[in-house]
Amino acid sequence: MRSGPSGSSRRPTAPEPSPSAELVGRVFREESGRALATLIRVTGDFDRAEEAVQDAFVTALERWPVDGLPANPGAWITTTARNRAIDHLRRDRRLVEKAELLGRETAMASDADDVERLVEARDEMTPLQDDRLRLIFTCCHPALPADARVALTLRTLGGLTTPEIARAFLVPEPTLAQRLVRAKRKIRDAGIPYRVPPDHLLADRLDGVLRVLYLVFNEGYAASRGDALVRQELCAEAIRLARVLVTLMPDEPEALGLLALMLLHDARRYAREAEDGSLVLLEDQERGRWDRARIAEGAALVDRALRMGRPGAYQLQAAIAALHDEAARPSDTDWSQIVALYGALAAIEPTPVVELNRAVAIAMAEGPAAGLARMDHLADSGLLDEYLYLHSARADLLRRLGRNDEAATAYKRALTLTTNAAERRFLTGRLAEVTRLN
Amino acid sequence: MQYLLLIYTPELPNQADIPPEVFQQQLAEYDAFTKEARDRGLMLAGEALQPTETATSVRVRDGSTLVTDGPFAETKEALGGFYLLECKDLDEAIELAAKIPGARQGTIEVRPIWQLPETYGA
Repeated sequence: MRSGPSGSSRRPTAPEPSPSAELVGRVFREESGRALATLIRVTGDFDRAEEAVQDAFVTALERWPVDGLPANPGAWITTTARNRAIDHLRRDRRLVEKAELLGRETAMASDADDVERLVEARDEMTPLQDDRLRLIFTCCHPALPADARVALTLRTLGGLTTPEIARAFLVPEPTLAQRLVRAKRKIRDAGIPYRVPPDHLLADRLDGVLRVLYLVFNEGYAASRGDALVRQELCAEAIRLARVLVTLMPDEPEALGLLALMLLHDARRYAREAEDGSLVLLEDQERGRWDRARIAEGAALVDRALRMGRPGAYQLQAAIAALHDEAARPSDTDWSQIVALYGALAAIEPTPVVELNRAVAIAMAEGPAAGLARMDHLADSGLLDEYLYLHSARADLLRRLGRNDEAATAYKRALTLTTNAAERRFLTGRLAEVTRLN
Repeated sequence: MQYLLLIYTPELPNQADIPPEVFQQQLAEYDAFTKEARDRGLMLAGEALQPTETATSVRVRDGSTLVTDGPFAETKEALGGFYLLECKDLDEAIELAAKIPGARQGTIEVRPIWQLPETYGA
């Protein structure tokens, strides 16, 4: 599953004599998002555009293994899909004409003019860079339900199939299909615009887009559920879409920050999971298995973003992840820098979970007593009473301070909150340790 | 596209209890909004509704008409008025909805108008 040399060997400019169906599928998936985005703009209709791109895929499966990969697969798909869209519109026009002969008027009547428009639309067919950007903002519009935003983004921009998305989110396929149908209907019937939002809306809307991408990534990164391959696919998709966003909006530091954050986490993918599928704590991970190229890329992105002087939550979290990733050994971690970054993050996002992480960092930088003071304060607030990691982190500091009685109480509380077998083993072990020492 | 903006706001038990200066203030705010919608050429219609205690619900079941007192649904927020606006797209409708004074206490429901095809030969 590691990215081996085969990942970089494909050069779209050098046509392969007879690409396999698998390769056709992969190239098509990577290149079709752009064509779909352009077709949606020109036809003004998600379903029509999807149908046309799907037909182009069928043609590609026939032609590419015989003719070889086109020099520019994206342009090939756009042209082929456009021709299919024209065929569909002509077919519909004939249906309308037949219907009119029967003396009934149908809502499709206006489509007749669309054929001419689409035939004339050669110039408009040149994919504007903006098309995919428009599509992202439309798919993540706040007037759509949150789960539909995620599904629609993966379906249209990610090119994931409905069964794949359903599997990734553990939702029955018909439910997911229904969700997509409703979302597309709402885009059309409620007049959700197909555009990059104007400046006064941009910050808000970009935030929504980034949230969707991060959600997709986290769904793939969470080890708790779903099939490993699909989860990996989700992370790869989120990173790929964030790259598109960063290419199209290079001056948005939070977009850079999110891409960096995802790369810096993804770099630890193979070291964070033990053979039995359980999570390995950051300090116990085999750092030689971290992906150095991803770390270097992520760290460079964080630097670029932070230099823009508009810090945000993703940039700060990425900066923290970079400090962890860049430490050769756990003891080399620059904890005082991490404390400062959590301070800045808490100023932007004053949530109890951020405060807890800050307290953990303070314990590492200044000693367990300083961290514990902060955690006790949090515990008194009661805000994180149901949060496992408050109790396990507090127990750990109490243990390190030799306050074994209190540590045991905190471990017991943590044990009532975990549902994960590996965590349970770990906490039970620590509980036995502090009880024995008593 | 045409959008109906339905204004749902908390209803006081007795509307007559609203102090006159508060009522005047609300009127002035709505006037300002209506003026903006007119000036931008978006206004198609807009009205305020009498409180729900004046409402009557009508149903026809098995051919007989049932008339009951009060609104169809009992909720904390009641329909208090509406605007019918011609907007470029949903984003413009949302922008306008956010400017309706009632949005600050209640909820504005934005509903696109369904343009049904005209009946052939009617």
